[in-house]
Amino acid sequence: MNIKSNHLVLIFIILGGLTGGYYILSSLVTQETERTNLIVSTTTSIYDTGLLDVIEEDFEAKHAIDILFIPVGTGQAILHGQRGDSDLILVHAPIKEYDFLVEDYGVARKIIAYNFFIIIGSPDDPAGVKDGDIIDALKHIVYSGRRGESVWISRGDDSGTHTREKSLWKDAGFEVSSLVNEPWYLEAGAGMLSTLRLANEKGAYTLSDTGTFLKFNTGTPIELEILVDQTKELINVYSAIAVNPDFIEWVNFEGAIQFIEYLISEETQDLIANFGGDIFQQALFFPAVDLLKSGSGGNESQWIIDIAFLDGYECPPQYRVGQVQLYD
Amino acid sequence: MDMITEIVSSFFEALNLIFSGNSFVIDIAIRSIYISGFATILALSWGIPVAMLISFREFFGKNIIKWIFNISLGFPTVTLGLMLFLLFSRSGPLGIFGVLYTPTGIIIGQAILITPIMVSFSVSALESVNPEIRNLAKTLGASDFQASIAALIEGAKGVSLAIVGSFNRAVSELGIALMIGGNIRGFTRVLTTTIALETRRGEITQSIAIAIVLLFTIAGVNIVMSLIKRLWLR
Repeated sequence: MNIKSNHLVLIFIILGGLTGGYYILSSLVTQETERTNLIVSTTTSIYDTGLLDVIEEDFEAKHAIDILFIPVGTGQAILHGQRGDSDLILVHAPIKEYDFLVEDYGVARKIIAYNFFIIIGSPDDPAGVKDGDIIDALKHIVYSGRRGESVWISRGDDSGTHTREKSLWKDAGFEVSSLVNEPWYLEAGAGMLSTLRLANEKGAYTLSDTGTFLKFNTGTPIELEILVDQTKELINVYSAIAVNPDFIEWVNFEGAIQFIEYLISEETQDLIANFGGDIFQQALFFPAVDLLKSGSGGNESQWIIDIAFLDGYECPPQYRVGQVQLYD
Repeated sequence: MDMITEIVSSFFEALNLIFSGNSFVIDIAIRSIYISGFATILALSWGIPVAMLISFREFFGKNIIKWIFNISLGFPTVTLGLMLFLLFSRSGPLGIFGVLYTPTGIIIGQAILITPIMVSFSVSALESVNPEIRNLAKTLGASDFQASIAALIEGAKGVSLAIVGSFNRAVSELGIALMIGGNIRGFTRVLTTTIALETRRGEITQSIAIAIVLLFTIAGVNIVMSLIKRLWLR
């Protein structure tokens, strides 16, 4: 061993350099944060399409606010909101959103966009659900599953899609807690894409959002097709909810309201409507604001009201905290 | 596209991502290196003194402490991430420091994660140093502390393995970066969280390419460490 003390000194210089480098880098970050930060916990089904990357760039160019998107499931996004770890949540589970408002965690809810959940299955369709009614489709899947002819894959991860799946089973008259014990009902416990891969392997039925399925469909040779689409029960509504500043005093409420105003502006709604058209030849999200304001769009505005309104309102008046401009 | 061509084409895409100066990938790789590198330095700063204490001192409960460090080698990163999330959350006991969703938060988390590796590997390196070295140093008039430093230098090769192993574990872990960092684009997005995100998005080629960048990063750091070993720790 002929290590000399000057070599130790050299090692310490390297360590010192790394430390210094870190502080320089972190001071660069601090300089940037003279703009305020807005932490947005968002559902993965909207984040993974890339729409929010476009929105982030556009918003940050127009405002002195940096948006930090945290892509998590709807369940975790709500948890972040409840703990005051985010300023705003973007979610798609009206039942959970209702609790979030009632428990005073959330205010100023605004419906931003919608699309449709779809029932996916193999083209031979052993349960015979194609183009039928969703409730009948689910019943047929259960009967055919019990005969050993079909398999259903559930997300099983408490996400917005899973929440909807559970309420659909309930509408069809089944208890998910007992379905999970049946051999044809499998829980993936995974994201939408992994669930679709699993369904593809097994030729199984599953509930998916449109965006993820289109993306999956363009990327991989796939044996599944859309069997049930565009019915009232399958409408998928995305809303933004600000975290209540009276309940959690440190949130960036002002930034959250600015972001909601930005989301419902005409330009942003157009941006949402046009997103993804060049890749998928169809829109991934439909803008909801104008539709609800004018009551146009035939069935779909009524479907949103039926499925995603809380006590008959987009946001019940007691949770609007004076932000009347959002609800003209 | 079958599996093999997919991997081969991803490999070329990875090379392309690295050498075309694609700032998105380079940024993420640099962020990964500095976050995990800093976590390694932190763990080194408290891990080595603890390892020296365990190796060179006799005290009650020493074996239990060694055993605790050994079993925490396998601590699941997601669980540690969750525990730290609850601590660092704004409603949690350490919320006022505001380290949730920051690189600093990931650094602290990874440093805690790799401390058992740093300590356990260093202890086994230092314990294999001939005890005569310390005795000899003391007979030559060294203080107890100086004698321990002499033994540390003698065991430096083993300790350098602990450092490399710790860095590798830190840079390749996902749970803490995801739970504490939040995978925020351009701020806390590191190589592993990018891989998870791109896989979920269905960008398989991109995902494999970034995994290859991660392996290159680990290889690069390991080469640098073994050069240091060759040059100075003969």
